Amino acid sequence: MIEVKDLKKNFGDKEVLKGVNVTMEAGKCNLIIGASGSGKTVFMKCLVGLFQPDEGQIMYSKVNYTEMDDEQRKGIRKEIGMLFQGSALFDSQTVEQNILFPLDMFTKDSQATKMKRVNEVLDRVKLKDVNKKFPAELSGGMKKRVGIARAIVLNPKYLFCDEPNSGLDPQTSLVIDKLIKEITIEYNITTIVNTHDMNSVMEIGDHIIYMHQGLKEWEGTNKEIIFSKNEKLNEFIFASEFLKDAKDMRMLEETGKIDNDRNMDEMIK
Amino acid sequence: MTLFTEFGRYLLMIKGMFSKPENGKMYWKEFMHQCGEIGIGSLGIVVLISFFIGAVSTLQTAYQLVSPIIPKSTIAQIVRDTIILEFAPTLVCIVLAGVIGSKIASELGNMRVSEQIDALEIMGINTKAYLVMPKILAALLTIPMLIILAGALGIWGGRLAGTVSGILSPQEFDTGLLSSFVPYNVFFALIKAYTFAFIISSISAFYGYHVNGGALEIGRASTKSVVVSCIAILFADYILSQLLLST
Repeated sequence: MIEVKDLKKNFGDKEVLKGVNVTMEAGKCNLIIGASGSGKTVFMKCLVGLFQPDEGQIMYSKVNYTEMDDEQRKGIRKEIGMLFQGSALFDSQTVEQNILFPLDMFTKDSQATKMKRVNEVLDRVKLKDVNKKFPAELSGGMKKRVGIARAIVLNPKYLFCDEPNSGLDPQTSLVIDKLIKEITIEYNITTIVNTHDMNSVMEIGDHIIYMHQGLKEWEGTNKEIIFSKNEKLNEFIFASEFLKDAKDMRMLEETGKIDNDRNMDEMIK
Repeated sequence: MTLFTEFGRYLLMIKGMFSKPENGKMYWKEFMHQCGEIGIGSLGIVVLISFFIGAVSTLQTAYQLVSPIIPKSTIAQIVRDTIILEFAPTLVCIVLAGVIGSKIASELGNMRVSEQIDALEIMGINTKAYLVMPKILAALLTIPMLIILAGALGIWGGRLAGTVSGILSPQEFDTGLLSSFVPYNVFFALIKAYTFAFIISSISAFYGYHVNGGALEIGRASTKSVVVSCIAILFADYILSQLLLST
């Protein structure tokens, strides 16, 4: 579990995070959504320790991460896996070497044991015959899966995913989403996903945090988000007519009525 | 960014390199990899330029020494001292600033832009220690070796050029080479080699490590690292000569 208390971060005069309070639960996919510039990337970078917050606390399983120095943080960092937007695979290393790297660095297991683990995680992300390939030889979706494999190879307690679906087609995005969800349940980890993708929100959003101008504007589940009355959230989620239609259809299905002034007859036609 | 801010960040990077390695074996592996990249990778260019520098110095020294009262063996003496004192350490290091410096800056810059450095940080690895330190240590080990090789090849190139062009015989060159030899000059050349090796590797690592932006910024960091390294080499050359050679 990760608890964030009154987190603030400024860059010069610009207030990016203005006091965020949130709790991310274990075994759940916690999604951070929000428009560009709402502070969600800075929030995630503060959580993993790439940015030092100006005020507030980040508690990893009741341990205050913000007050630790780099040496003390190493212990918690070993429990963190992260999937980056661009996958961040090491270009000069093969897929196998990329996944072996954390094992080589932090374990004293035999080479055979490490290789067994590499093949296990590659199987888990449903990748075959790519061990000797370099990242440049892989598709975007495959790179993301290798990124996930590298992130989970040390059995982390926390998995961070920054825009896991950016640059992927809807079908591959779905595969990645399902993989993240399955891994979260299987390993009982606290997963935090930073995303713009509304499909992901509906598919895997056990706990959704909507950020607006550096503050948590709304939080809830993927069931609740459809019926939310929060104007800013609705403006963000249902930005297109297509999505507005989809929302109304869903409301109609579930409640038998819609609570706005749109012409339903026209929509049903 | 002011010069002082930049220098402060440079010092902080150097300070940040000193921490207990997460895994000594992995650091050793990276160090050996960098020795290959820096040492073996620059061997060809060093051999080529040092040989020709030696050859050209012999020809140009002979061209300037027109007095019949000066023995021909003096040419070898001048070539030897010029190569040991200046050409081998300084000129070769300026070329290495281009070859190694741009490589280090663009490698680290690319790692920064593609979030590979962030990925290492999140794993709990001190990236300054793991990525920068082995490069500096490898440069400190291999560049002085390259300078010694450059000195030897430069003198040999000068001897060959002098003989082939008929300016002086091999015996005359060898006589000049062995007369009035000051071993301190070799020590001075090595001091310069270590200083320049540190300058090249640390400055280029600094600019690469702190790249902020995209592909264009990597190119800019690479160019800046070469320019700043060259200026720092020339400045250090002057200071070292003043401190160690002035009578």
